[in-house]
Amino acid sequence: MTLTREQIASIAALARLELTASEFPVYQESLSRIIDFVGALDACDTTDVVPMAHPLAGLAQRLRLDAVTEEDHHEQYQPNAPLTAAGLYLVPKVIE
Amino acid sequence: MTLVSDFHRSTLTQLAAGLRARRFSSVELVSAFLERIEASQRALNAFISVTREQALAAARIADRALEAGTGGPLTGVPIAHKDIFCTQGVRTTCGSRMLDNFVSPYDATVVAKLKAAGAVMLGKTNMDEFAMGSSNETSYYGPVRNPWDPQLVPGGSSGGSAAAVAARLVPGATATDTGGSIRQPAALCGITGMKPTYGRVSRYGMIAFASSLDQGGVLTASAADAALMLREMAGFDANDSTSVEREVPDYLATLEQPIAGLKIGLLREFFDTGLERENERCVREALKVFEGLGAQLTEVSLPHLPLSVPVYYVVAPAECSSNLARYDGVRFGYRCENPRDVNDMYRRTRGEGFGAEVKRRIMTGTYVLSAGYYDAYYLKAQRVRALINEDFIRAFDSVDVLIGPTTPTPAFAIGAKTADPITMYLNDIYTIGANLAGLPAISVPCGFVQQLPVGLQVVGPHFSEARVLNAAHAFQRATDWHTRVPRGYA
Repeated sequence: MTLTREQIASIAALARLELTASEFPVYQESLSRIIDFVGALDACDTTDVVPMAHPLAGLAQRLRLDAVTEEDHHEQYQPNAPLTAAGLYLVPKVIE
Repeated sequence: MTLVSDFHRSTLTQLAAGLRARRFSSVELVSAFLERIEASQRALNAFISVTREQALAAARIADRALEAGTGGPLTGVPIAHKDIFCTQGVRTTCGSRMLDNFVSPYDATVVAKLKAAGAVMLGKTNMDEFAMGSSNETSYYGPVRNPWDPQLVPGGSSGGSAAAVAARLVPGATATDTGGSIRQPAALCGITGMKPTYGRVSRYGMIAFASSLDQGGVLTASAADAALMLREMAGFDANDSTSVEREVPDYLATLEQPIAGLKIGLLREFFDTGLERENERCVREALKVFEGLGAQLTEVSLPHLPLSVPVYYVVAPAECSSNLARYDGVRFGYRCENPRDVNDMYRRTRGEGFGAEVKRRIMTGTYVLSAGYYDAYYLKAQRVRALINEDFIRAFDSVDVLIGPTTPTPAFAIGAKTADPITMYLNDIYTIGANLAGLPAISVPCGFVQQLPVGLQVVGPHFSEARVLNAAHAFQRATDWHTRVPRGYA
């Protein structure tokens, strides 16, 4: 199968990835090959097989009390942010 | 490289004992290894950050503890962390431009546990970007070189940790394994690499790639060293919801047990697919060693195992596309310049911050999870994953461990496989199965092909780390492949 340039554009838009013009043919080719490669799974009969999400499927998921366990660490965390003001994370204006 | 000491000729176990006996100080040890790291950095590029000042300060504290007799099992022992583990106050990049300026506000549980055991961190090792690669060529900080031949890759994604241990720049290093990222570089660099059972080592503070596969482990010169380090790293952690509440056995206590009667399964599928003849010869020789130690060999078949690479390249990208959604240029990491609006910020931040292979996997994952394809790819892969898991469980009904090669070939040239992702992905053909099923597995050196090391893989049932380490240690007591050091670093 060959993915079209439009399909690559749509995948990149879903993934929030800006691609340069020169990246399009590269990903068109390699993604098509990967999708063909994983197509080998089609030949395997999986009727009535329960999908395995993770290796601990046999173990019950651990639960904890619904209590606050985290303190406010924003002063420690925000030095890593690209842009902050008054303890808030700044992003470009979303609403006009 | 000028030799200032011969500490690097000792194993991690010997160094820990020497420190406790006060034969030398941690400051002496740390200084000697820092010198080796700095002297080899240009040639190998094994480190992204070297934390000289912090290391010497920690060594001085370790020396006081040793003097007071209050040291732990690893007090004063120098180690390195793969740059995927968050280290408080120290830059943690995950090999990516996206996190080039990220200074972690907290320690990963693995880092905290090794610190509590007394280990001294010398720096953060280079790696494939976000652990996505089998050659260390996808790192934003440039490729790591194999100490056995600088024209060759060290393997990946834990290539920096593997090269560092192989060149004896540190006696041990942490690493992570999602599809073979501990075992494959261990094999290509001629060292020992252990991936524990999924859930055995906390993933808290270990930057996520594919959450149902990722597991932390160790790279060392021997199985005995791996046992010592792993014993300190493993254990339940309430901060990781996939951490298993189960006691950690003393892996050292069972290390010396004889392996006579051990039932070894030879995976037919491993010998069928792409294994180079000379690699096969090394593995067959190793099997004779096990037979000589009284182990019983039988051939077993895991019919669905050949599908493990296609399963992996659906499951891992799917989980990666979800995990890497957090890199949005808002709370930490890279942000593009002068974004027009918030969507432009997301798209350019991610387009510029991620490298080519990471983008390829995010897009593959996005595709297989998108409407109309989810059942055909993602759910299908999870069903085949269940069949592979059942194959392993069935095999362990009749054998104690499975043994086979770690990789189909020895180390390959830098640049040789970058053009074709599928060729690169097939490097992990023998290692991915253990990740899909969540099994513990180790790679140990078992010979050389044209002066390049070859790895042997031992896979055990869930939570059988002690048995896997015991088998690997028995092999290393009978052989000396693991003591070989690349020329120039001996």
